[in-house]
Amino acid sequence: MKAGRRLRPGIAAIHLFLASTGLFLALPIVYLFNHAFKPLNELYLYPPTFFVRQPTLRNFEMLFFNLSTNLVPFSRYFFNSVAITAAVGFLVLLVSAMAAFILSKFRFHLKGFIMAMIMLSLMFAAETVGIPRYLIISGLGLTDTYLAYVLPFLASPVIVFLLKQFMDQVPAELLEAAVIDGAPITAVFSRIMVPLVAPAIATSAILTFQAVWGDVSVSALYVHDESMKTLAYYVSTLSLAAIGQGTSAVQNIAGQGMLAAGGLLLFVPNLIMFLFFQRYVIETMVNSGIK
Amino acid sequence: MAAAETVTAKKYAAPYYVRRFAKVLNEMWRDRVLYLWLAPFLLSFLVFIVLPVFLSALLSVTAFDGFSFPRFVGLHNFIVLFTQDLVFYQYALPNTFWFALIVGPGGYALNFFIALLISRVAKRAQDYYTLAYYGTSLAGGVALSVVWQAVFNGDRGGYLNSFLLRLGVIETPQLWLEDVRYLLPVMMIVTLMTGFGVGFLAMLAGIVSVNRELYEAGKIDGIRSPLQEVYYITIPSMKPQMLFSAVMAIVGTLKAGAIGAQLTGSIITPQYAGHLILNHIDDYAFLRYELGYASAVAVVLLLIMYFAMRFAYRLFAPKEGDE
Repeated sequence: MKAGRRLRPGIAAIHLFLASTGLFLALPIVYLFNHAFKPLNELYLYPPTFFVRQPTLRNFEMLFFNLSTNLVPFSRYFFNSVAITAAVGFLVLLVSAMAAFILSKFRFHLKGFIMAMIMLSLMFAAETVGIPRYLIISGLGLTDTYLAYVLPFLASPVIVFLLKQFMDQVPAELLEAAVIDGAPITAVFSRIMVPLVAPAIATSAILTFQAVWGDVSVSALYVHDESMKTLAYYVSTLSLAAIGQGTSAVQNIAGQGMLAAGGLLLFVPNLIMFLFFQRYVIETMVNSGIK
Repeated sequence: MAAAETVTAKKYAAPYYVRRFAKVLNEMWRDRVLYLWLAPFLLSFLVFIVLPVFLSALLSVTAFDGFSFPRFVGLHNFIVLFTQDLVFYQYALPNTFWFALIVGPGGYALNFFIALLISRVAKRAQDYYTLAYYGTSLAGGVALSVVWQAVFNGDRGGYLNSFLLRLGVIETPQLWLEDVRYLLPVMMIVTLMTGFGVGFLAMLAGIVSVNRELYEAGKIDGIRSPLQEVYYITIPSMKPQMLFSAVMAIVGTLKAGAIGAQLTGSIITPQYAGHLILNHIDDYAFLRYELGYASAVAVVLLLIMYFAMRFAYRLFAPKEGDE
């Protein structure tokens, strides 16, 4: 690869194609960044402009100081989202890493069965079983508690699978040496296994973060107390308002600016996390194969 | 001592399967620490994944309105679904078929094609391209809803309308999200654009990690075109990743079913133009409160997904002699 410094025509064509389609695909993101900083008169402009001319933070101010219809301040939604995402992220990683560690490095009855169930549930989508999940969550008395945000997300077959695949690559001798030295299983797990699979942990953190940070279903279905709802939910209600059922054109346009600012706030943490861990993600995905 | 033990064991020996069962239980007790480690995952797995699927199957043979106790009706829901539900036949089923075909296998092939191209450029450029493609899927539905609203806005101020009007492609603004002709294609395009997700990353990683020596060997064995190279070397060497991303594609296609509701702001899209099986479930579950019937539709959807997954496994399962 290094020998050929000069671009061959074939490679140049690939670059041209990738760059143009890549730019096209990135348009929504670029648009989101621009729209969020547009002052009101630019949001009104006809013909509509793509790039912002006089960037302003006004949309963010409106978002921060605009009380929702139920008089819940923006900071509350934001705090809820941060707390919930941090808690779920930590717990999912812990629970999944523990399960993956056992499934990867020990032999016991039911192992084959459990693995088969996990493989089958890789395709599980909560959307298909919304009704029974609702019955279970309300049956357990979780409605209107923060636990409704946490418990349903704890079991994540995809995360357990990815972690287990990565742990399979860790040679057993490494762990055995520690066991012979008298290290307890908890130490083998936390001091040896977890540091060795850091890339897979980082990848799992990104995937979990994405799923929880952007989730609106819990807020919409299981939590009725407005002060316990999340940022993503709040932004999604702005979105419905901006579609403009029963609102005037002015509110509609102002709503769009706020919506763009909210959308950007939802997106940026995702982006930052991915940028930090991009290398790890690819490294993890090499081991994602189902054999 | 040992001899005496075997004698008593022989004398009072229980049948084989009982002894075997006792041995298994014994060993499970010995391994109890392992099960303890698994317990948090297994418990939540059982309660929030396995149990809902079972309950769905149970509810599907009942009439249930969410308040009174479910009443057993046998296969009635399924019979109605397959013989009388016109909306299901005229809209949900054909729409889902086309949507799933384009977004599922179509999107899958597109993901592979792009990943293949990205793998051909230098390492540094790969990172930028990966970010450009993956970024849109990273943003997620809620963050992008403002974008789609502005792009597909039905008056002349909408970005797509304004752009096409200026080019002279259309003469009057088109109602992209209300027009029966456009809604489903718009849903497909949006889903394809945001569809470069985890499966895409898995494919890219798979292609990049194929052993380069195989390509050299292939050249010697008479492989001429890049197309042959992909078919005979790349894909067979990364079957496991292909399978993983196929499973992700199936789930992704299902989840993408919510896009119609997100774009138009209601579960029932105009004249059912974007009505998919997933919306059909939501319609009966959350608008009509016919939860038994909704569960029957959900069971059918789960079965379709299951068979799609079986098909993917058959396609990419390692054959004799692989590895």
